[in-house]
Parts: sequence; C-alpha cells; structure tokens
Amino acid sequence: MRVDQQLIADMIPHGSRVLDVGSGDGHLIDYLFNHKGCEAQGIEIDMRSVTQSVAHGLPVIQGDADHDLADYPAHTFDYVVLQRTLQAVEKPREVLKQLLRIGRYAVVSFPNFGHWRLRWQLLHTGRMPMTPVWNTPWYITPNIHPCTIYDFMALCEAENYKVEKWLAVKEDGCSLPWHRSIRLANLFGEQALFLLRKA
Amino acid sequence: MSREKEVTRLSHQIYTHEEGLELQCGQMLAPLDIAYQTYGTLSPDRDNAILICHALTGDQYVADPHPITNKPGWWARMVGPGLPIDTNRFFVICSNVLGGCMGSTGSLSICRETGQPWDNDFPAITMHDITAAQAKLIDHFNIKRLFAVIGGSMGGMQVLSWAANYPERVFAAMPIATAPYQSAQNIAFNEVSRQAIFADPEWHGGKYRVHNTLPARGLGVARMMAHITYLSEEALTRKFGRRMRQNSVPAKENDLPLLFDGMFEVESYLRHQGSSFVKRFDANSYLTISRAMDYFDLAADHNADLAEIFRWSSTRFCVISFSSDWLFSTMQSRQLVRALNRAGANVSFVEIETDRGHDAFLLEEPDFDRTMRGFLRGAAAHAGLKETYHAG
Repeated sequence: MRVDQQLIADMIPHGSRVLDVGSGDGHLIDYLFNHKGCEAQGIEIDMRSVTQSVAHGLPVIQGDADHDLADYPAHTFDYVVLQRTLQAVEKPREVLKQLLRIGRYAVVSFPNFGHWRLRWQLLHTGRMPMTPVWNTPWYITPNIHPCTIYDFMALCEAENYKVEKWLAVKEDGCSLPWHRSIRLANLFGEQALFLLRKA
Repeated sequence: MSREKEVTRLSHQIYTHEEGLELQCGQMLAPLDIAYQTYGTLSPDRDNAILICHALTGDQYVADPHPITNKPGWWARMVGPGLPIDTNRFFVICSNVLGGCMGSTGSLSICRETGQPWDNDFPAITMHDITAAQAKLIDHFNIKRLFAVIGGSMGGMQVLSWAANYPERVFAAMPIATAPYQSAQNIAFNEVSRQAIFADPEWHGGKYRVHNTLPARGLGVARMMAHITYLSEEALTRKFGRRMRQNSVPAKENDLPLLFDGMFEVESYLRHQGSSFVKRFDANSYLTISRAMDYFDLAADHNADLAEIFRWSSTRFCVISFSSDWLFSTMQSRQLVRALNRAGANVSFVEIETDRGHDAFLLEEPDFDRTMRGFLRGAAAHAGLKETYHAG
C-alpha cells in the first residue's frame, strides 16, 4: 500500500462502512477489511483493475465518480474516500457534494498545483509544467481540473464543508511538517489530504 | 432409440416432495419431483452449500457427463476439486428446473389426476415457482442458508429470484450474463422459436407423444435460431467466416433446389446444433420454460422498484456481464448494479472482455474464472467458512 494510503487508513476508525472511489488495485479496501474490520467497497473506472480487485475477493464495481455516486442513498457510508481523482473528474464540486451526501465524512486527496516547482516552471519556461506528479502533456492529460490547496480550501468554505483535518504530503506519500501554515503547505506540498464533513 | 425411451431409461437422482407445490397460477402440483446432482461434502454446520441454477436448455448434470449425450457436464470446467467452484470446499447442488425434462416434474411427468402425461397441458410456471421448487429441495437437505446461489442467463434470473424471495437464505449471489427482466427482444426471439415448433406438422397441437412423433424439425429450427443469439458476429466470423463445407450432400438428395448445392460451414454447424438438441430436449418443456423466462420481471413481480426489493438485503452480490453479449447486454447488468447501489447493497460488478457473445459464460474465459474464484473466496472469508471439507 502506498504511504499516502496509509495516512488515509489512519483517518478511518475501526469498523467503519467505507466507499473508496477510484479504488485502483484495491489495496486500501483490502487493508481496511483485514486490519481495521471495515466494511469497505470500491468503485473503479478501469475494468482491468476492477477484475483484479474482484478476483482478490474485494467488493468493487466498475463505474466513475461523475456518474455512479448519485445512485447511492444518503448516509450509506461512514467514510467516502476519493484518492488522487478530484482533479480528473468532470464536475469536482458536484462530486464533493455527492461524497458528503452518501458519507458522513469524505477523505479527499489531490495533487497540489500550487507546488513551487510547478510555479517556477511556468514562470521560467512559460510552458505547462511537467513534474513526476503532473507527468502528462496538456493535450492528453486526464487532469482537467487542477487546483491548489488554497483553491480547495476556498471551495470547502464556499460549500460550507468543515475541514476536520488536513495534511500536505510529499510525492512519495510521507506527510510534511507544515500543519499550521497553509501558505507553506501550498508551496511545498506535492499532494494534499483532507478530511471533510458537512458543517 | 427415441428420446422418450432414452429418458425413461435414465435413472436420475430425485427428491419427491409429496405435499407438492402451489404454483403462482394457483394450481397445485403434487407430488413434486426435483431431479438433482450434488458434488462435494456438506459441512457439519451446513453452511457451505452452493446452489447452481442452469439456463433454459441446461440441466442438473453440471459437472458429470450428460447421460444422453455423454458429453462433459455443461460447467465441468468450473465445478470440481480445485476449480473456481471448488468442491473440496463447497457442497454444490444443481437441480433440473421445475418444468424441465431431465427428471423434475414437467411435461413428461404423469399428471396424478388424469393418470396421463402432462404433455402440453402442463401449467404455466414462473421463475418464482422454479425457485420455490428448489427451496423445497434445499429444505430437504436441511440447509437454512445457502452460502451462494450462482447462475448464468436464465440461471441468473433464478439467482435474482432467490435473492429477492429468500434474502435471509442467500449469503452471496452471482447473477451472470442476465437481466432483472426479460427484454422485448428476447421475448421476440422466444416467440420465433415457439412458432417454429407450432409449425411442425409433427407437433399435433402438443400431443405429439400420443401420436408417437416428435416435432424434431420445429424444435431443431428453434434451437438453431436461439443458438445464433448466443454467439456474436465476431465469433461467427472467426469460427466460420464464409467458408463452404467440402463434400456436403448434393441438394437433390435433400429435396432442395440446386441453389443449395454446397453448404456454408455456419449452416452445417447450426444444423448440427439443432439435430443434437432434439435428442435431449422435449418440445413442450422448451415451451414451458421459455415462457417462464418471458414472464420474468423482478420489479413487476414485487410491484416495486428494483432497489426497494433489495433494500434490506445483506446478500453480497457479484454481477458479471460479457462485453459482446447482445442477448443479455452489459447495459442490463449495469441497470441491476445501479439498483443494487440504490438499495445500498454490497455489490461487485465486472464486465468480461470477450468476443464470444452470450455463450462466453460457458466457455474458457480466464478473467471470468478468476473473478468467480476470487469472489467466492472473499465471500467465504466473510462467511467464516473453513478452507476444505472432506467426507469421513
């Protein structure tokens, strides 16, 4: 399991009902079931990953965040996780709304477009930045809605979501020490991890 | 040897439920015979049973050779020791459906009131009746809760009926290549099959056995037509293309115009499918069961939205579709998955990539096997089943 997935798992209490949106290879739900006694399910867009997950005995359906969350009744889950996906969905605001409709809490991670290296590349070269995290050229990138940590916080405030916890995370998934300064996190955090609930 | 003699020669394993079964149409069917096969060992806690539901023209011989055709069981590659449905671990039950012609009460059975075979007077049955009959067999085994109910095509309709009618008796459900209702297109295909049977001069209004004949041509055509719907254009092209068969019988020997000298391979294949089918299947039984399929509409049966039916279900579902299946398309499976999501049920859903059409669920598809094995293993972990059960 990736280090940042461990950080997500640490936010989820034992025995919770969890939906992992964009569950990928299913490592997180596998971990949550085996180590935390959670009832965890997944949604994944890539059919190969879905087949692999179900073949490992994990409850996963093929689907995507934009279209399939609307089916679930309200308050079906305690936690809904959206890993590194928010920037790639059609309607991020609508997806967030769905997460907090069907779950009591939402755990959202996304790559931070405010990172200094991206700012520097754009300033210095005048072209779209390319980094290990943002590694696809603009014309084929699935990441159609990039945002910074500031942007995300502003959206949460506008939508009236309470940020219970937030972390800036390095590319390898280790958490960074800027727990107080959003400004520094926004400059040095390659990724961000948020725990939200409705205010 | 005629089919009838062959069938009476067979000795199926049968459970007779003397009290019988009251059908949805109101008629009482007593006694009720359910022919079945079992594989593996029932655990002392009776918690490791899997019910496999067969498709329209299947039967209970899921894993051992068919007594008429001597071909391997229809899912012999799926069910057995060490196979995805592992009989070292699970106790597998497969029964011939009510209305079938391999030993369960159906058109070939004797009606107690008249002392005559039912033939075409066999009452109309539904998926609900078929599963109710299976439930009598499960009661007979004194099994309170089935670990899993699995089936493809019409078998999948039975799986859904089980999950809807007996939610507390189904721990895991695998509806495969199926739909929550029979589509207009499928009813249309069934109707063509039935009309082919009715048009056969040997049909005699369904009393062909009294006339000592068989509507073999009609049933054969029904099977040929149905068989096309089980494949896909891609699979047909890959298997046969436009190739002609060498050394085919000259047209005049078959009483056909010269135009039909020579035969495409696909034609020859379909004829073979048709003629081998009539050796093992009864036309009246085909009509009864295909009609039960047409009646199937889970939501309408329960007079409710699909999601409402499964609202309180704790069953773990695994829905599987095949990308080139146009008879029971992925879209229909997805409809089911969405309803299960609306019900807040525990669902897995996989579409297997294949060009072999509806038939794929009976064929070698590695991803399908992996999914089957993995889902059952995962569900078994949740149900707390032991790794193996051996007799003695």
